[in-house]
Amino acid sequence: MLKKVISAVVAVAAFSAFQPAQAQEGSSYVLKRIKERGVITMGHREASVPFAYIGDDGKPIGYTIDLCNLFVDKIRETLEMPDLTVRLVPVTSQTRIALIANGTIDMECGSTTNNLTRQKQVDYLAVTFITGTKIASRKGEGITELEDLDGMVIAIVQGTTNEKAIKRIMDEKGLDIRIVPVKDHPQGWLAFTTERVDAYPTDDVLLYGLISKSKDPEKYQVTGRFLSYDPYGIMVPRDDSTYRRLGTVLLADLMRSGEMQKIYDKWFNPGPTGINMPISDALRVAFEIQALPH
Amino acid sequence: MKYNWDWSVLITDPYLGWIAEGFAWTIGVAAAAWVIAFSLGSVIGILRSLERPIVISVYFGNLPNWTSFSLGPVAMTNGLFSADFAVVLRGIGTVYVTIFRNVPLLVQMFLWYFVFPELLSEEAGRWVKRDLPLPEVTTAVVALGLYTASRVGEQVRAGINAITQGQHYAAMAMGLTQIQVYRYVLLPVGYRIIIPPLTSEFLGIFKNSSLALTIGVLELTARTRQIEEYTFQGFEAFTAATVLYITVTAIVMAIMRVVEAKARIPGMISLGAK
Repeated sequence: MLKKVISAVVAVAAFSAFQPAQAQEGSSYVLKRIKERGVITMGHREASVPFAYIGDDGKPIGYTIDLCNLFVDKIRETLEMPDLTVRLVPVTSQTRIALIANGTIDMECGSTTNNLTRQKQVDYLAVTFITGTKIASRKGEGITELEDLDGMVIAIVQGTTNEKAIKRIMDEKGLDIRIVPVKDHPQGWLAFTTERVDAYPTDDVLLYGLISKSKDPEKYQVTGRFLSYDPYGIMVPRDDSTYRRLGTVLLADLMRSGEMQKIYDKWFNPGPTGINMPISDALRVAFEIQALPH
Repeated sequence: MKYNWDWSVLITDPYLGWIAEGFAWTIGVAAAAWVIAFSLGSVIGILRSLERPIVISVYFGNLPNWTSFSLGPVAMTNGLFSADFAVVLRGIGTVYVTIFRNVPLLVQMFLWYFVFPELLSEEAGRWVKRDLPLPEVTTAVVALGLYTASRVGEQVRAGINAITQGQHYAAMAMGLTQIQVYRYVLLPVGYRIIIPPLTSEFLGIFKNSSLALTIGVLELTARTRQIEEYTFQGFEAFTAATVLYITVTAIVMAIMRVVEAKARIPGMISLGAK
């Protein structure tokens, strides 16, 4: 009898010893993968100022990077593995979705628009920034809206939501604008400032960033109405609600406590690059709505 | 891997059209660049292979003795000024190959597209940037052609140098001029020798044409990426591109094998193509 009790106690003890391990990662294949590898792989953009860009010490810094680092801490805490290392993988607008889909990176930190087509392949955490497509043009050339560019030339980064938005409006209005496809923002900006193209459309926040860092900020302007609605979010692998919930909890807590606003102000108001963008009403409301209670 | 496979994107409008268009540009850019590469490469290869002096002499009449001198390829004796232009021509070939073979093609594309117009006068630069027909494609063809020409040139030189000196001497002994020696003896044999490496170069130009996407040419790889960005079915699109690249290069290989067999001179060279 005693033997039976002891073995039962041992069995329960053994079971409960394994129990937390089960509970930590639950059914999450991403957490399981991180645990097995002992490494969290963070994909990051390199020139999305001030969301994710390379700082003076060669490491990625920025608004989204700060949030991702907090997410990493949350994962460490959940897995009870404080020594989990972070491997940084630079991504581009062309590689980011494939790298999430094929399991190379566990999160993508940059300036990625959350849209429904992309959700066929990837998942997103809460909306952390709201922007939209606008146009950068040279002052004094009379270009204020996309319609003014009929018969002219613009550069667009291939594979962005901006490209789709511009092409859709061009089709609707029958505008004849020649598009020079470019690889990334530095190249697009170069094409614009060397006068190869008349205007450069992309997310307005990025345009302010590019102008603030340009040699002659007085020469350029951001103009026009919003041509698209682009809510940014941290991209994560799909079909893993356990993993995604960790991020949802983290961001809800940050938004509820006001910490989110502080991180925002650190990077945007005025921010290290002098971008000087106080929080918009839409984003403040978004933070309030996404601050879900426990 | 969490990926939703959907092969139907490849035959959906407009994506099928994009692939076809991209494929056509890949062939077009590669073929046009090859015309530049082969013709310019042949000239460079010939310049690089010049060994016999090409002496041009001018007689200045009876000059005093102190005017006699000799500086390598340049000499003056008794008023007869002679210069060996082979040295200059060889130098031109060497400089060309050094520059174009040693700078990565990606960098060359960027330089031609973004930097070259800035070096011109404002008016000419503006013309290159705005009014040049198909600016991206033209720049890509020129950059790819000039780069590959440096590689073809080295192969042509190797082909010419592979021919024994005896043939060169024999041709000269028959009274052929330098040009005739190249036209009737060295080049017909040299080109046959280098058919295998030229085939590699021709295959390379198709693959290297994908770098044109960095300056905005919507060729096959660029179109593939575009499909990925619109549908997020990148793996299917890249599979299609892979199959198309392999198909076109396999066709080129088959054609070149026939060319090699037809061009063979029995008992002399090209023992590989039996």
